[in-house]
This record gives sequence, structure tokens and C-alpha cells, in this order.
Amino acid sequence: MTTATDIWVLGDYRNYFQSRVTLQILARATHLAASTGGKVCAVVFGHGMDEYVGEYIAHGAEKVYVVDDPALKTYAVETYSFLMTRLVEKFKPATLLVGATRFGQEIAPRVAKQLKTGLTADCIDLEIDPKGRLVQIAPSFGGNLIARIITPHKRPQMATIRPGTFQELVHDGTAKGQIIRLALPTDMPTEKIRCISSEYKPSKAKGIEKADIVITGGRGMGSKGKFKKLFELAALMNGEVGATRPVVYANWIGHDALVGQAGKAIKPKILFAFGISGAIQHTAAIADADFIVAINKNPNATMMRMADVAIVADANQVCSGIIRAIKENIRD
Amino acid sequence: MKMFKILVCIKQVPMVSELPWDSKTGTLKRELAQGMMDPSSRRALEAGLQIKETRAELGEKTQIIVLSMGPPMAMEILYQAKSLGADKGILLSDRAMAGADTFLTSFILARFIKKEVPDVDLVLCGSQTSDSETGQVGPQLAEELSIPAIGYAADIQLQGQMVRVHRHVDDFFEVLEMDLPGLVTIDQAAYTPRYAAFGGVQDAFETADIIQVDARRLGLDENFNAVKDSPTRIVDVYSPTTRKENRVLKGTAKAVVDQLFEDYGKIISSAMGKDLKGQGEKI
Ligand SMILES: Cc1cc2nc3c(=O)[nH]c(=O)nc-3n(C[C@H](O)[C@H](O)[C@H](O)COP(=O)(O)OP(=O)(O)OC[C@H]3O[C@@H](n4cnc5c(N)ncnc54)[C@H](O)[C@@H]3O)c2cc1C
Ligand SMILES: Nc1ncnc2c1ncn2[C@@H]1O[C@H](COP(=O)(O)O)[C@@H](O)[C@H]1O
Repeated sequence: MTTATDIWVLGDYRNYFQSRVTLQILARATHLAASTGGKVCAVVFGHGMDEYVGEYIAHGAEKVYVVDDPALKTYAVETYSFLMTRLVEKFKPATLLVGATRFGQEIAPRVAKQLKTGLTADCIDLEIDPKGRLVQIAPSFGGNLIARIITPHKRPQMATIRPGTFQELVHDGTAKGQIIRLALPTDMPTEKIRCISSEYKPSKAKGIEKADIVITGGRGMGSKGKFKKLFELAALMNGEVGATRPVVYANWIGHDALVGQAGKAIKPKILFAFGISGAIQHTAAIADADFIVAINKNPNATMMRMADVAIVADANQVCSGIIRAIKENIRD
Repeated sequence: MKMFKILVCIKQVPMVSELPWDSKTGTLKRELAQGMMDPSSRRALEAGLQIKETRAELGEKTQIIVLSMGPPMAMEILYQAKSLGADKGILLSDRAMAGADTFLTSFILARFIKKEVPDVDLVLCGSQTSDSETGQVGPQLAEELSIPAIGYAADIQLQGQMVRVHRHVDDFFEVLEMDLPGLVTIDQAAYTPRYAAFGGVQDAFETADIIQVDARRLGLDENFNAVKDSPTRIVDVYSPTTRKENRVLKGTAKAVVDQLFEDYGKIISSAMGKDLKGQGEKI
């Protein structure tokens, strides 16, 4: 029998190779379970997912609940949330964690509502408090504020977790896990949404959200022509190019590169910010960068005060200088 | 012909750029903040306005109702919505409703819709507000109303009592269909909002189509307390600490680049995943 201490993780394998968020959450769940007791369990719906079940066990799941049926081949939010709710009601885990992919962010709120429990969105950390409750740590205002949230009375405690937050465990092919296969309930709801087409096109580029090195440029780069230098630098460094809003509006680069409140949040290991003033709408989205190098003529720009290294110089000249330095010194 | 009813949920959020910001502690004083319409709610409103316009070209009537829950000050965004083309605005406002989490926010919004707009055809929401950033209110509202919902729409086509939605989620490009009534949340990059004509907001003030509704009128019982009744509770809020050295480098471009590689070459080469020769000495 499952006790009320188990931690469940919803298996989100839809975009598996691009997103390893389920494995990342399993790793954290293993850590949490060390203080709360209970088992780390994965839950998988679909058809023909044995490969993923094995993968979850190899990455920390002690138990995997599986509902495998041809009727579940295509993901459908109503069907999947109905099943998830049914399983939680039957086995009563203490905690249910879901990756904050779009899939997860669509399904988790509905499951929480059906279970009449709370849900914290897009957590960047999870802890256990002295009373054994799950502390859900989530940013708001684009990372400018962090809130610690609990679900004092309702169970399960639910949270979606931002991809890339936790480090997955090393694959252990010898790990043993219990697999519990369940049949599709007979009272499944009729799906009200019809899928006309669904085409999987994994993006080739890492994208600025995932890149370890991001090179952002602002209006201080001067012109579209000069801005292009940043692409050369990015290619040399295995990085991606991002930009501020005026740059995107001026069409120096596409909207995909916009970093900030209206664009993407990034969390590279190193961020090079060229000619950027550091308006809050922009800097809100770079709070998670590990190391920031800012280049600006103005030593008092906000961006310079946020930086680990603030270089007071011309952005174009420094960009060319770094390109030259790397070309001359790279080891193949 | 029956009037087609679109209800758009819009929220007022603090204007972060205008926030009274304490740069030392990195905290902001929310109560002093100036408000604006949440950017994602604006996109939802824009989607509604475009549907209304398309239908008008075919001689079909559409009513757009904007619904918001928030403090009395949030009336402003209803006037703004009205000046942009909404027909009617309702603000659900009561001290007892302050501090609601997404579970209770969706409960309260649904309560009004069930009571006052039970014949709504299409409910539109933003995909994620700029302050709380949960993206949960839309899906939870659909659940409360027992209607289907499609998230992250890039484009909505109305076909009689049905919508066809294009969306791009987690590397899947999808086309979905849903019978109405239903709820759609609008993607952050879709339906670029229009700007209000100058003086438009002024005109909107003349109207009586914007009303405020309190907890009692919603039929919530007198013990109702959003903070107490929310399943989640905020333990504390803090600003992420900056533990930066903030080293300043000055000089010629060549000199600063040399210095950069000399002192930080290791960090750079490890992030690059490539080795740099003699890290520093010669660069
Ligand atoms: C609702 C709203 C949402 C917004 N969302 C976003 C968003 O998502 N992302 C975003 O980026 N912005 C956003 N903005 C805009 C934001 O407020 C700023 O206007 C923008 O980030 C500024 O971009 P910038 O730093 O490139 O330009 P500027 O502020 O003009 O700064 C240019 C900088 O370059 C420096 N400089 C000039 N010449 C040189 C040189 N030769 N060498 C070195 N340095 C030089 C200057 O000293 C200055 O600091 C938003 C604004 C609003 C109102
Ligand atoms: N207080 C509110 N009043 C009206 N609509 C809201 C409110 N909170 C959220 N919404 C709607 O739900 C969307 C997503 O909000 P959130 O779940 O807070 O990120 C918003 O874009 C609005 O459309």
C-alpha cells in the first residue's frame, strides 16, 4: 500500500530529447524523499512508453505507475488530467511534481483544480520545512522577487518545476523499480478537443534560454551592421545572441532573440552584455545568469552595476578584441 | 441572430519600470506602484477585438465583456479596455477577495460568469501575467466552468459555434478544434495589441457600462476570506541576493580584453567547452 508520503513526478516524455525535465525532477524528489520518507514514483500515460519507464527507473524512480493504451496515443489535456486525478485519488501521494513545460503548465492547473488543492507555478527550488512540508520556491516579477510557498492543509502538494533547475542523476542501468500497470478506467470522459494535426519539429538551435554562453547586444552596438559582429563572436564561443527591445524593434535581429519581460528569460553560465543600459524590463530576465560581463561606455549604467566584470570601453572595439583573442588562442 | 458573447479576463499589474525600487535591498514597494493592464491580458483583449471586427464585416454582432478581479484602482484598465473597443466591464473588488491564489481567483471569476454571463460563447485569457506569472488562472477557470480549453493560441479562427486554433507548444505545431462554449489562452507573442486612440480613454469615462461588484453581490458567504481559503500560502518573499564582486576594467580595448582573459579565462573557456591556450599570458 502506498502511504501518504510518496512523491510523484508526472512523466513528460513528449519532447524527450529536448527536455529532460522529468529526470531533473526525479533527482530532486530523491533528495526530498531522504528527509520525508516515502517513495519516489513516476507516472506515465500514453502508448508504447516502455523505453521511458526504463529511463525513469534508471534515474531514480522506485516505482512507476503506467497506463498504456492505444486510446492515449495522442496527448489530450482532458483525458490526461482526468487520469492523473483518478490515480492521485486512488494512491494518495503527498506531493505531485510536474515539469513546467507547456504540456505541464496546461495539465497541472486542471489536475490541481479537480483535486481541490494548491499549485505553485514554475518553481526554481524545492525544500522540506521542519514540519515535513514541501516549500515551493517560485520567482515572480521576472525573477525580481522570490516567494516561498507552502500548501498547509490540502494534499497533494503540487508544483510545476522550471526545466533546467535541477541536475539529473547519473543513469544507473542496474537500478530496479517496481512497475505498476493500470487499465484505462471504463468511465473516461469524451474529449471535447479534436486534434486536427500535430507536427513535431524539434528545434535545432539550442536557443538562448538553454545556451551556456549568451551574448546580448543593445542599442550601444550602434547599427545593424556593427551588431552582426556579435554573431561572429557567438559562433566562436558556442553561444547564442540575444538582444534588447530597441534592437529587436530596429530589426537588427528577430523577435526570438528578445531578452526581457516581453521576451525570454535566460540563465547562461556567462553572459556578455554589449552596449546595454540595464532597464528593469530587460534585467528581470537575466537574474539567473551565473557570471555577467558588461561592456558599456557609461560606468554608471545599471547593467554595469549588475555585472561581475564591468568593462568601461567601446562595445564594438571590445567585441572585435575578444574575437581576435579567441581566434589567436583557440586550441582545437 | 443571437449575439456572440466574448468574455476577456484582464488583470491590472504593477508597472515594473515605474516601481519605487530600492536598489540597495532590491525590493519594491508594491503599494506605491503605478498600475497597467497586464501585457498578456492585452493580447487576449486584442484577440477578442479582432474576432469582433471580422464578424462585423460579415454583419454579425459581437459583445465583448471584460472581467477583472482586483483593487478599486483596477477600474482604470476597464476604462482602457472600453476605449479600445470592449462593450462592457466588470470589476470584482472586495477586501475579502484580496490575496487570492489562482485556485480562488478562478473560483471567483467563474462565480461571476456562471451568475451573470451563463450564455458566454468564448472566454479569453492571457497565457501568463507579468506579476504572478503562473499561467494557471485560464486552465483553472475552464475547469470551474466545465468547458474545454486550449492554451497558448497563436491564431484563432471562429467557424460558427466552433473555434480552430493554431499553436506551437514544446516543439509541436498543432491545429486543434473545439466546440463552444470554450476557453482559449493567447500566446505571449501572438495578437500584438493596438494602442488606444488619443482621447479615447476620456470618452470611455462617460459610460455606465462599467460596474463594480463586491463579495456580497457575488453571493459569497460573509466568512469568505481569500487569504484564509486559498490552498497555498506565501511564507515569505525576498529578493534574490546579489553577491557580485563588480570588478571594473578600464583602458584601451586591447588592455581590457587581455585583462579579461587573464583573470577570467578559465571561466570563459569552461563555459565555451573549449580550451584556450596559455590562458591569459599572451592573449
Ligand atoms: C512594457 C515594457 C516592456 C519592455 N520589455 C522589454 C524587454 O522584454 N526587453 C528589453 O530589452 N527591453 C524591454 N523594454 C524596454 C526597456 O525599458 C529599455 O528601453 C531597453 O531594454 C533598453 O535597451 P538598450 O539597453 O539596448 O538601449 P539603451 O537604454 O539606449 O542603452 C544603450 C546603452 O549603450 C551604451 N552605449 C552607447 N554607445 C556605446 C558604445 N559605443 N559602446 C558601449 N556602450 C555604448 C549606453 O551608455 C547605454 O547604456 C520594455 C519596456 C516596456 C515599457
Ligand atoms: N485577477 C484577475 N482578474 C482577471 N483576470 C485574471 C486575473 N488573474 C489572472 N487573470 C487572467 O488569467 C491570465 C493568466 O494569469 P496568471 O495565471 O496569473 O498568470 C491573465 O492573463 C488573465 O487573462
